[in-house]
Amino acid sequence: MIPELGQLALALALCLALAQSVLGLLGAARGETVWMAATRHVARGQFVFVAIAFLCLAYSFIANDFTVAYVASNSNSALPLHYRIAGVWGGHEGSMLLWILMLSVWTFAVTLFSRHLPLEMVARVLGVMGLVSVGFILFILFTSNPFLRLFPAPPDGRDLNPLLQDPGMVAHPPMLYMGYVGFSIAFSFAVAALLSGRLDAAWARWSRPWTTAAWCFLTIGIALGSGWAYYELGWGGWWFWDPVENASFMPWLTGTALIHSLAVTEKRGAFRSWTVLLAIVAFALSLLGTFLVRSGVLTSVHAFATDPTRGIFILALLAIVIGGSLLVYVLRAPKIGLGGGFEPLSRESMLLANNVIFASAAGSVLLGTLYPLALDATGLGKISVGPPYFETVFVPLMAPALFLMGVGPLARWKKASLPDLASRLRWALATSVLAGLVLPFAMGRWGAMVALGLLLAAWVAASGFVQLYEKVRNASSGANSWARLQSVPRATYGMLVAHFGVAVFVVGVTLVKGYETEKDVRMERGDTVEAGGYTFRFDGVTAVQGPNYAAQRGQIVVTRDGRPVTTLNPEKRVYRVQSMPMTEAAISPGLTRDLYVSLGEPVGATAWIVRVYHKPFVDWIWGGCLIMALGGALAASDRRYRLAARRLREQYAAVAEMT
Amino acid sequence: MKPRHKRIAMIVGGLAVLGVAAALVLKAFNENLVFFFTPTQVEAKQVPQGRAFRIGGMVVPGSVKRRADGVTVQFLVTDTAKDVPVVYRGILPDLFKEGKGVVTQGKLGDDGVFYASEVLAKHDENYMPPAAADAIKQAQSINEKATHTLVESSK
Repeated sequence: MIPELGQLALALALCLALAQSVLGLLGAARGETVWMAATRHVARGQFVFVAIAFLCLAYSFIANDFTVAYVASNSNSALPLHYRIAGVWGGHEGSMLLWILMLSVWTFAVTLFSRHLPLEMVARVLGVMGLVSVGFILFILFTSNPFLRLFPAPPDGRDLNPLLQDPGMVAHPPMLYMGYVGFSIAFSFAVAALLSGRLDAAWARWSRPWTTAAWCFLTIGIALGSGWAYYELGWGGWWFWDPVENASFMPWLTGTALIHSLAVTEKRGAFRSWTVLLAIVAFALSLLGTFLVRSGVLTSVHAFATDPTRGIFILALLAIVIGGSLLVYVLRAPKIGLGGGFEPLSRESMLLANNVIFASAAGSVLLGTLYPLALDATGLGKISVGPPYFETVFVPLMAPALFLMGVGPLARWKKASLPDLASRLRWALATSVLAGLVLPFAMGRWGAMVALGLLLAAWVAASGFVQLYEKVRNASSGANSWARLQSVPRATYGMLVAHFGVAVFVVGVTLVKGYETEKDVRMERGDTVEAGGYTFRFDGVTAVQGPNYAAQRGQIVVTRDGRPVTTLNPEKRVYRVQSMPMTEAAISPGLTRDLYVSLGEPVGATAWIVRVYHKPFVDWIWGGCLIMALGGALAASDRRYRLAARRLREQYAAVAEMT
Repeated sequence: MKPRHKRIAMIVGGLAVLGVAAALVLKAFNENLVFFFTPTQVEAKQVPQGRAFRIGGMVVPGSVKRRADGVTVQFLVTDTAKDVPVVYRGILPDLFKEGKGVVTQGKLGDDGVFYASEVLAKHDENYMPPAAADAIKQAQSINEKATHTLVESSK
């Protein structure tokens, strides 16, 4: 009964999404105020029904209803409750339902926070989002219905893929999808602005907080995925340049470019066509990511779909969304016009350089991801593009971007002066050069790449302090420094925090690349091995039973200079239902290092192959990502956006009264 | 400089930067392409010397042996027509098993042994890496043709 209810709710949500797009787009085109006003309520209704559908599926999982095919293939009665809930998005059908849920959550948020916006704009934005929603609900209902019954019903389920039975996996897909789908708002705003022909600073100001919010979620989602790969795959890497990772990284790179170009469009009215194009491309890449990951084109833990109709459906959806929006762009963009001019050395030109860099980075990732697929699809051969390609490309691309990060925020709009910038940044420059020269020695060994990485990280951090100092010094209000600190807009703090997060991230990447120790050794009980100044003693394994697996649990005592540090218990598990072996690494995290141990396989009677890693500063990688996301959240929540939006609505109202 | 000249200078500068970036990307791309070969192609010496590539197929049952150091493993990869000996130092992925599909990346030594730097993990029990499946299919279709010819010539 409950699954049928869910399906019904989804069908009703489809009807409402259709109504939402028709009322919104036609209403705005024909100037029907009642239609436009209704759009908001219809959109909320759509959210309610999608949420009901999602809850129905969740209920089937919690109640172990194995008559539902999707539940039977992704859950098991022995599975703990939290993983049964995570199992809702553990497979293809449910994850698409999650996608739709996220879209309707964002839509709902737009209906809540858009009261300051002109009605016509809101109607168009909701209309475009409704169209996207129609496409995806159709996709679910026709090719990947999670509510289908199974007859005869199996006594128990096939279990969730053991790799996904992990806390990181509970949070990673919702976060990532919030990010992916969040770009649909920037996209809808862009298309709505193109349709209305009103592509001005106000449009950029409305899009900015939404884009930044989506970017925050995407950042956290990617960081969670990377963290999951680090401890769950058992070989201690944090980024593999796997096509699946690239699929989430491309929207992130484009989204980062979009955030920066929106800043120029808002403040100076320039880059308008480019910003619109970026908004379209960011969402298109999100869709491409969904397609790549979900269609079965890529084989990985994410690829569930083996049904070719699904891939073709998503591909068609992709073609319609991208083709349609680009068509609108081509028809309307020439009318946009250029914004204010600027000199070759100005904040605009530096943000332009940022955009060129991030667009090139996204392009090179796209090349490395799609070229092997295209070659394979056309039967021209099988190739793969490994991490060395991406690493060779990213270091030279990102080094100038990091350099600009220090200069850009200090440069004046329109025209900046080189001697002026140099004198304001001289201390930051001196500090960072010193850091690059000296700090590697503190780590024990000097290397050019490490020095470069630390120099750039120090540069970003030090110039950030210069930026903060100047802001506070120039703040008009308040006599004491605390009042001045408070008078700096929250968006500026957001930018500073996010850039500081980048510095933290760069430190992590540089030090872990430069100084990590990885050892694969055969160990008998009592054997010791040394890594990064720590001594690891293997004390044998014992058999333990988990709720749905049996495991060999190793015991490894870590000491440093004779003093005990920690005891690690890596496991080799075999999950009963799928009889799938799994390596569960044991990690002792720390601010300056992670100790990472995982079990290989038994050799001989008592010995095991043990993998022992010392990873200096690896947690700074994810810490940096979280700080970036925090900065984004600060920027998105700046009240300036709300105030400005209210002022603007009043202006529009005044204009409407006059005419 | 007139504004027009400035704009032209900026565009030229931008294009130059983009050109350099594109050249860099394509160079890196070309140098780091990893091609895929079947054991039959390895046997026929159709593979690049001194450059990393991938081979795929099935792990021959009973061929997995561990050397005395305990960490180095050797095994045979087959596409059912030809076998290639592989040596790998390190921990094998959880789902590496005799009789199952495998893809491995590395370089071919002068001794005809494939020195692997990476043995690729699979994510579930019955999954055969598509590259490995293809290698076997290719070899089998060649085999079939060969049997057909044999049958026909014996008629």
